[in-house]
Amino acid sequence: MAEVQAARKPEEMLASDDFPPQRQISDEIAAIHERHRKEVEGGARVDQTTLYDFAPYRSSILRHPTKNPRLVDPESIELWSPAYGQRDVSEIEADLTLQHRGEPLGERITIEGRILDGWGRPVTNQLVEIWQANSAGRYIHQRDQHPAPLDPNFTGAGRTITDDNGWYKFTTIKPGPYPWKNHINAWRPAHIHFSLFGSKFTQRLVTQVYFPGDPLFALDPIYQSIPDQRDRDRLLATYDHDLTVPEFSMGYRWDIVLTGKHATWFETEGDH
Amino acid sequence: MTIIEKQLPEGDTYLRGTPGQTIGPFFKFGLEYDGGPYVVPPHAPGALFLRGNVYDGAGYAIPDALVEIFGADTDGTIPQTRGSLHRDGHGFTGWGRSATDDEGKYFFWTRTPGATEPGKAPFFAVMLFARGLPNKLHTRIYLPDDEAALAADPLLSSLSPSERASLIATRDEDGSLRHDLWMQGEKETVFFAY
Repeated sequence: MAEVQAARKPEEMLASDDFPPQRQISDEIAAIHERHRKEVEGGARVDQTTLYDFAPYRSSILRHPTKNPRLVDPESIELWSPAYGQRDVSEIEADLTLQHRGEPLGERITIEGRILDGWGRPVTNQLVEIWQANSAGRYIHQRDQHPAPLDPNFTGAGRTITDDNGWYKFTTIKPGPYPWKNHINAWRPAHIHFSLFGSKFTQRLVTQVYFPGDPLFALDPIYQSIPDQRDRDRLLATYDHDLTVPEFSMGYRWDIVLTGKHATWFETEGDH
Repeated sequence: MTIIEKQLPEGDTYLRGTPGQTIGPFFKFGLEYDGGPYVVPPHAPGALFLRGNVYDGAGYAIPDALVEIFGADTDGTIPQTRGSLHRDGHGFTGWGRSATDDEGKYFFWTRTPGATEPGKAPFFAVMLFARGLPNKLHTRIYLPDDEAALAADPLLSSLSPSERASLIATRDEDGSLRHDLWMQGEKETVFFAY
């Protein structure tokens, strides 16, 4: 039985124990994806869109459940979602470029889209929270040790409430790629973290959105913890020139679907 | 871009859900806020203190996890009050958020959820996120008090004794509740898919 251990210093936990080269991480990713592909071709039921047991992401090794999740029917409180409204969020919180006295450095972007449930119904009046690195790839968080500059005019956190048709929109700066200590020369592709509430508590989701054409996608064990390319593509914002504001900002579109299901590609009738 | 998951009868379609990703190491500056764990003001009449630790598979506390609860009011009604991000000290929203501290501890001040139907075992719906955890996890924290309701619960009855224990909080002498979450190991918490 695992006994409770004295807490380790959080800073010491950010580096992986074996600190392998990128080649080894890439080979591990390829092997897991290949195994997954064969399972799918063999007709296996696939329960997870994002794999919990994914050792190339080293800090997941001791932090993922080893048992399959128990399939249950949602009950009572789980069929509802906490309620949000304009009292919770002020309009200016959706513009991350207005939080300080000066303009933040970097490429100004808007990212907007619609949040739907599985039946295509808009998720209305729900909370959307985002956080991200600045244009140099530095987080304002005190435990970020990356020696890229902080931007005194950029914090990198925002919130909004979806409108009556399920739309959200943020104005921000395109984040830079970010180095981390999963393995030697590990870099995360540029991404924005999104926290989302659906119309039921089971639909709650935390994910990350990425930008098209990033050369780091194939190398990143977090992005690649999603084994199906079609699913990975769902986390890409799309550049939309119609959303680009002349002489002001580049426009991206990203729609989100909150189903509350881990995966259902291979579901048969009668399954949950 | 949305993808049709499957075609339903009468021309309806069901969309495929957007995949989740880890919450990462730096969520606190984006998600933490002063009122997060205080669903009700501390020590308010009838207020319940719920706390516990989050542990990894080696028994180390996880200092960068995020726990969220959503619970019924004491009379069993589902709260639909707004204002979770700006608590006014009066309205009960039922929802709280607590990032673990350096000892892996989370805590909430909230109300004891009542049975949503007579005879039903009351519980908190719980979400768990952490750096290193590739996607969200759902679980429940059941109240330990109504043994008859717990014994009659179909889900709890279908579990082994240790699995069952991983879903039921412990009552401390001072009336507060304690409940640890284990990612792995003999005490691994039962997590849910829907």
